Amino acid sequence: MKLSRYVLYDIFRSKVIIAYTLFLFIISMSLFRMEENTSKAMLSLLNIILIVVPLISMVFSTIHYYNSYEFIELMLSQPMSRTKIILSEYSGVAIALVASYLIGVGVPLLVYSPDATGFAMMSTGCFLSLIFTSIAFWASVKARDKARGIGFVLLVWFYFALIYDGLILVILFTFSDYPLEKLTLVLSALNPIDLGRIFIMLKMDVSALMGYTGALYQDFFGSGTGMLFTTGVMLLWIALPLLAAVRSFKKKDL
Amino acid sequence: MITIEHINKRFKKLQALNDVSASFERGHVTCLIGPNGSGKTTLIKSILGIVKPNNGKIFVNGERINGDPSYRKNIGYMPQIGRYPDNMKIGHLFSMMKNIRNESEENLDTDLIAKFNLITSFDKAMRTLSGGTRQKVSAAFAFYFDPQILILDEPTAGLDPLSSEILKEKILAEKRKDKLILITSHVLSDLDDLATDVMYMQEGKMEFFKPIETIRKETGETKLGKAIARIIKARQLSSLWVDEANKIERR
Repeated sequence: MKLSRYVLYDIFRSKVIIAYTLFLFIISMSLFRMEENTSKAMLSLLNIILIVVPLISMVFSTIHYYNSYEFIELMLSQPMSRTKIILSEYSGVAIALVASYLIGVGVPLLVYSPDATGFAMMSTGCFLSLIFTSIAFWASVKARDKARGIGFVLLVWFYFALIYDGLILVILFTFSDYPLEKLTLVLSALNPIDLGRIFIMLKMDVSALMGYTGALYQDFFGSGTGMLFTTGVMLLWIALPLLAAVRSFKKKDL
Repeated sequence: MITIEHINKRFKKLQALNDVSASFERGHVTCLIGPNGSGKTTLIKSILGIVKPNNGKIFVNGERINGDPSYRKNIGYMPQIGRYPDNMKIGHLFSMMKNIRNESEENLDTDLIAKFNLITSFDKAMRTLSGGTRQKVSAAFAFYFDPQILILDEPTAGLDPLSSEILKEKILAEKRKDKLILITSHVLSDLDDLATDVMYMQEGKMEFFKPIETIRKETGETKLGKAIARIIKARQLSSLWVDEANKIERR
């Protein structure tokens, strides 16, 4: 689409995206070079990525949306459908974020860990970028002003990156007398960050440390159904917020 | 060409449009007048699909607008306050829109770009422009694709007298080409030589919609400002703003 080309052009001129790429690249390179043990480096990298990628994706998308408000207004008076406008904005941002992840983290992964774990980490990062971009778009379309939009997005990030794990722990401790393996499986699907973490961890050797639950996870996520399940849930996490964003953008007065 | 049937629009507590029906024809220059907040801009934005009315129907060229954006190909819109991406250059705006809309060079109307001498500032970024230059860009852009329908929201506000005159000339020239033109303005003297019809709005309602000849005959005034003031007084509507407008013009 021509429109997303202009969106992309605008994004790459702002240089924020280039700084993000460099940041990811420097972190992953230095982790791989400092750690003798590649899997240890991978673990550290995993923890950083699971925090940074959602945060940057959401804040960047939200700011981009509000900064393109004039552009969107201009397009609305043209023979351009609203769905096309919002999807072009989304694909522009999404392409930029995925590209900087692939360059910043993907390239070091290809050099130092070109195996299943590396591939899992690459795809998870891309999925997380897309998921949190679409959540951010939904929030930005819904919220009237920038401050509210960014505030909401930060709350979502807090929830998924920090609070959610605490909640799960509370549940696990309270009901520790009951078999909770199936429940934790479902709960992990409700948080894309957790899902990504489990998906990558199981590709590493550390899953043995996770005890019986780890074995169950290994059983499930290691199988073909597990792969399909993870991909399916991730795709749902991209599609549903994006759909909601398109729907409310179509009804909106601008 | 444009028909509006019973549209209503409510913004939370404010009834911005209250059962408005009207019909605009080609070859006519309809002036939409009324005090601030009377719903003029909301009406215009509803026609463009930027604001979605709560109910009612809008037809453009006989087709009801719902979803399909292609009817906007025929509409040139000049907003009240033109807002453009800060970093975009003037030249880029025109080339980009030409590219996105896939229009060929010979269908373009670059008349105003030339007359406003915008080419010399084609590489200026939008954020550096003065309010007046921005208005000129908006005006030139509205006419750029040679549309059949022109919707101009306060076109002369912020323009210097010379540019204002150029724009009025251009509007007259387009009128002669049998186009539909819809203008809102508070500067009634600007509308004197342009208008063929007057639509008066207040508090979201359409108070009257008459050809200018009828208005002149009914009131015996030749100046639009005075004529409108008479009608409003006769109907006991709030006439404060027209009085003020006339006072300012007398000075």
